[in-house]
Amino acid sequence: MTDTLLSPMSLLAELTHRCPLQCPYCSNPLALEPRRNELSTAEWISVLDQAAEMGVLQVHFSGGEPMSRPDLPDLIRHAVGLGLYTNLITSGVLLNEKTFPVLVEAGLDHVQLSFQDIDTANAEHVGGMKGAQARKIEAARLIAADGMPLTLNFVIYRENACRVPRMLEAAVEMGARRVEIAHTQYYGWGLANRAALMPTPAQLEQTTQAVEAARKEYEGRLSIDYVTPDYYADRPKPCMGGWGRRFINISPSGRVLPCHAAETIPNVTFPDVRTDTLEHIWREAPLFTMFRGTDWMPQPCRSCDQREKDWGGCRCQALALAGNAAATDPVCSRAPDHGRVLEVLETLPVEPPPFRYRRYTRATDEVG
Amino acid sequence: MTGTGLTDDSIIRFARGVRLQHDRVRERWIIQAPERAFIPDPIAAEVLKLVDGTRTLGQIVSELASRFAAPVDVIGRDVHVMVSDLTTRQVLVVS
Repeated sequence: MTDTLLSPMSLLAELTHRCPLQCPYCSNPLALEPRRNELSTAEWISVLDQAAEMGVLQVHFSGGEPMSRPDLPDLIRHAVGLGLYTNLITSGVLLNEKTFPVLVEAGLDHVQLSFQDIDTANAEHVGGMKGAQARKIEAARLIAADGMPLTLNFVIYRENACRVPRMLEAAVEMGARRVEIAHTQYYGWGLANRAALMPTPAQLEQTTQAVEAARKEYEGRLSIDYVTPDYYADRPKPCMGGWGRRFINISPSGRVLPCHAAETIPNVTFPDVRTDTLEHIWREAPLFTMFRGTDWMPQPCRSCDQREKDWGGCRCQALALAGNAAATDPVCSRAPDHGRVLEVLETLPVEPPPFRYRRYTRATDEVG
Repeated sequence: MTGTGLTDDSIIRFARGVRLQHDRVRERWIIQAPERAFIPDPIAAEVLKLVDGTRTLGQIVSELASRFAAPVDVIGRDVHVMVSDLTTRQVLVVS
């Protein structure tokens, strides 16, 4: 078995949960990690060394806001020295004419810059930070002026779905090479705010049409990654390319996870880079082996012809919707629990409820 | 043929943030690009190894033709199509 085990391709390094923004669809877990639990620079350096040795090709520095960590340039420089492709996933509010040149000098390959909306008032309502939009636009200008490839990321939800055409135009104007039009994923904070965020079927159709039109119009200039909301699909996504097949996520405190939402999985120990090697964790840790491959699958996945294409869908979604991480992803129309998805869509409120904001202070208050 | 204005005199280079890299763990060549890595087929890998920002398309074609003892016009046609495709995909740029 171990001979045929794939090497991981990609490492998501969540350097911190600290962030000046408070987006109600944040992919971080509900329990945010306090600063004092964060891995040290030396510990991250060791993670990067081990990852490169194992065959990881790309490292994505994320958070929280990864630019909250003063050692970010050192980590980028080290990763570049190992031949890793370095990507910074940032809100851009700390990226300016002082901080950006340091990242360029460190050898950063690419930036993914997030926008909450193209409408400033709503963007700042969602992000919870006054003045954030102007800082993001300035960040995009600096990146494009340098020539570094830039991806803009727009998370799509009920309030901003109508503005996808403007987002795509703005991406071209800002000099982005790629744009992600990504409907909210309903885990963590997104799940907590699902009733406020979930678009209607008509909105989904509109965004799909806008993306298709823009793909024709901007071919060769702008590449568009389009992510639809799982709940409206008939077949589940191949989450993370299959559990423990391609992807490693490291949390700010050093927990090693098959995806960024995996801390919701109950009754399993979370492996830790402070007490074990990345290689041993990848091969042997129960959290990684429990849903790897197809042996764990229940019916209808086990005998399904899609089982090595979608890998049974998403374990965290099965847990969130069916109460069982080992169930078929309820998004699948063949899943016994598919009715739960339909029920969510049928009972969406006419007026969206207010957001429950992700506030970092809550995490520090609770622990400290 | 392709609308990208490629000629034998075109100088080809990688777009910023894209590179050909040898993956020593998997023993193969890969194209590293923003948020994705993809595997060139063996012929594309041979072409991309010659992309250095100074060679022209014509020089790349004649080098490949002599190395693989193949007719220049056949190699030339294939390389033009491939380079045109990789330009559309923002892997290569023509200067």
